[in-house]
Amino acid sequence: MITNIIIVGVGGQGALLASRVLGALALRLGRDVKVSEIHGMAQRGGSVITHVRIGEGEPIYAPLVAEGEADAVLAFEPLEALRAAPYLVPEGGLIITNTRPIPPMSVLTGAARYPDDVIDKLNETAGGRVTAFDALELAERLGAPRAVNLALLGALAARPVRSDDSVPLSVWESAIADAVPPRTLAANLAVFREAYNQTK
Amino acid sequence: MPDKKLMLGNEAIARGAWEAGCGVVASYPGTPSTEITEAAASYGEMDVEWSVNEKVAMEIAAGASIGGARTLTCMKHVGLNVAADPLFTLAYTGVNAGLVVVVADDPGVHSSQNEQDSRFYARSAHLPMLIPADAQECLAFTKLAFELSERFDTPVMIGACTRIAHARSLVQTGGRVERDLPEWKRNPAKYVMLPGPARARHLALEDRERRVREEAGIGEWAYSIEDNGGAVGVICSGTAYHYVKEAMPEASVLKLNLVYPLPERAVARFASMVERLFVVEELEPFIEDAVRAMGVECSGKDRTGRQGELSVNRVRAAFADLPGVKRDAARADVTEPPARPPAMCAGCPHRAVFYTLAKRKLTVSGDIGCYTLGMLPPHGAMDACLCMGASIGMAAGLHKARGDDFARRTVAVIGDSTFMHSGMTALLDAVYNRSSLTLLILDNRITGMTGHQHNPASGFDIHGEPANAVDLEAVCRALGVTRVRSLDPFDLDALNSALSEETAFDGVSVIISRRPCALLDKKRRPPVAVEGCRKCGACMKLGCPALSKDKGGAVIVDPAQCVGCGLCARVCPFQAIHDAEAVKV
Repeated sequence: MITNIIIVGVGGQGALLASRVLGALALRLGRDVKVSEIHGMAQRGGSVITHVRIGEGEPIYAPLVAEGEADAVLAFEPLEALRAAPYLVPEGGLIITNTRPIPPMSVLTGAARYPDDVIDKLNETAGGRVTAFDALELAERLGAPRAVNLALLGALAARPVRSDDSVPLSVWESAIADAVPPRTLAANLAVFREAYNQTK
Repeated sequence: MPDKKLMLGNEAIARGAWEAGCGVVASYPGTPSTEITEAAASYGEMDVEWSVNEKVAMEIAAGASIGGARTLTCMKHVGLNVAADPLFTLAYTGVNAGLVVVVADDPGVHSSQNEQDSRFYARSAHLPMLIPADAQECLAFTKLAFELSERFDTPVMIGACTRIAHARSLVQTGGRVERDLPEWKRNPAKYVMLPGPARARHLALEDRERRVREEAGIGEWAYSIEDNGGAVGVICSGTAYHYVKEAMPEASVLKLNLVYPLPERAVARFASMVERLFVVEELEPFIEDAVRAMGVECSGKDRTGRQGELSVNRVRAAFADLPGVKRDAARADVTEPPARPPAMCAGCPHRAVFYTLAKRKLTVSGDIGCYTLGMLPPHGAMDACLCMGASIGMAAGLHKARGDDFARRTVAVIGDSTFMHSGMTALLDAVYNRSSLTLLILDNRITGMTGHQHNPASGFDIHGEPANAVDLEAVCRALGVTRVRSLDPFDLDALNSALSEETAFDGVSVIISRRPCALLDKKRRPPVAVEGCRKCGACMKLGCPALSKDKGGAVIVDPAQCVGCGLCARVCPFQAIHDAEAVKV
């Protein structure tokens, strides 16, 4: 069984830390894992996509999730969630998205429009399995505006990717402790727990 | 798997070098190779440096190897172009201690100016080249490369790409095997490449390549065969191996660890096992052509194409007619949302420069770095960009073709790290040959695009320890430039008058635009505030990601993105934007 997760956002939002937590989670669960990241120019405010594949009992080959095969999309920005929709499995896929839009430059310059029905479209795609919330507001409320990633992970923990594969909260928290710097751990855990409770 | 670590391919290469007893690492940063050298710097036993460019890094590697230390040098594909000169002759001299050259390609052009295929360097310079497929192989092949390098007396190349270098997978690590420094022995006939010794070494090179090819054809280190029956066979290596395993589960597979020289005996044996033979590889038909040259019938590129990265979906589509190839799942049909290419960060010092260059409608000869983004809207202020350091030579060429009047409307722009990498020689040339150009050195105190590496102007070494900080003004003067000035680009008046005066000057002049990268500025300033916006749109010409318009057309600030740099307040003709200090009442 391989669980495929796509993490998308805008360069600089903290997607790399989210994938690191998922990697640590896989290690804690004794599973195989592959993560594919993009560094460099794509991090300068462009679309970024991270592929996470966690497996058990069968080899994980490709470091990339195939289109149509992601069990979950974790999105730091709604437009990026929409862009990643083709990765989602045709049925039963899960979308966790921040609702705070970041308009791309083409929208800022007036060359393109930011679609106003993004969440509706996501609901269509995922057959209703969409958790959309203002992760930035939540993180800011707890005094950790950089912790949008932990807010999204909290929502992911609240809605297991597969019904037969629920990961105990304590394992999540150990994985977070493995991946985030010790001095920000308390703030990150607070955001994670609040998002978990809010979206459960 | 409790004893395994989740490592980037790049981290695993550094680990492999460390375990192999490598003593020296010299590299120039370049996506996707940068993290190898960064990770190497965390191991105390190795002498690790950011070199000033890839050619210098390769030469340091050559000297260290001749001197008896196992040595690693890492670069991106286009960096190997810069280092090609020493590399081709290093193939003749061979090594003393093992010398491994890592080159990371960028199929799909995530962060580069082309998608050249570095495997051709191996063939052209006659160097063995290994291609790992995951992080564990990155570690193992690096150790193997050092062994091969010493066994066959040759530099050995390791080829990576984005999906190897920047992919994490589980790695079993080991300990370091220390190596004693051998006694120094002179050997000019091997290491001084005058024509006489070079002729002899060329013969030695051919003999060595024959021996590598022979051993590779029967050596398990060079390939592996997975026999799934004889209907379809696929030859592949690196990332393509994983895509093939997933997309074509019924195919027999010959996985090449060594792509040059081709393990010909293994290829011939595999070809005889299968009815239909395909090659699946990214970029050029490198393996396919070599297999064909053996007289073995095969195909692949006619199906997969040469551009971009492969993927499971792409391999499935290319071989959909073959038995056992699964069809793709149905995909969500969403209209493509507006694209989001990279953009200069909020607070970026380059924004002030490109806003000004666009406003003045100057012709801009560009270079490689974050500032290449000045080409994109809303600035659109770049007319050419070729490779590291090319901005200055191209500006000189524009002057030669179009004369003084054109030069008065032209500038070259180059970053601090890029200037030291390969811009200084071009500036020397421009002065020497009486060119007329205005050069803007965008000194943001760091190598930005690749993720903040120190360089000779930053004043720190790879470990963050204080180092000599080169005086860029003095360098330009020493190269013969008489008009050199420096300014803060956020002082738009100073920038404008400098541009007016220096472009009017017929000769070479340099403006050093100095302000640290916004990401280095840890001081959190409160966001700017807008009050009484007149909707003129002047600030929107900055292309700042923190500024947008509300439904009525008034400018609004995203406090999550704004770093309070205040550049928008400076360009607002109605003083409607305030630095937070100014509105704090």
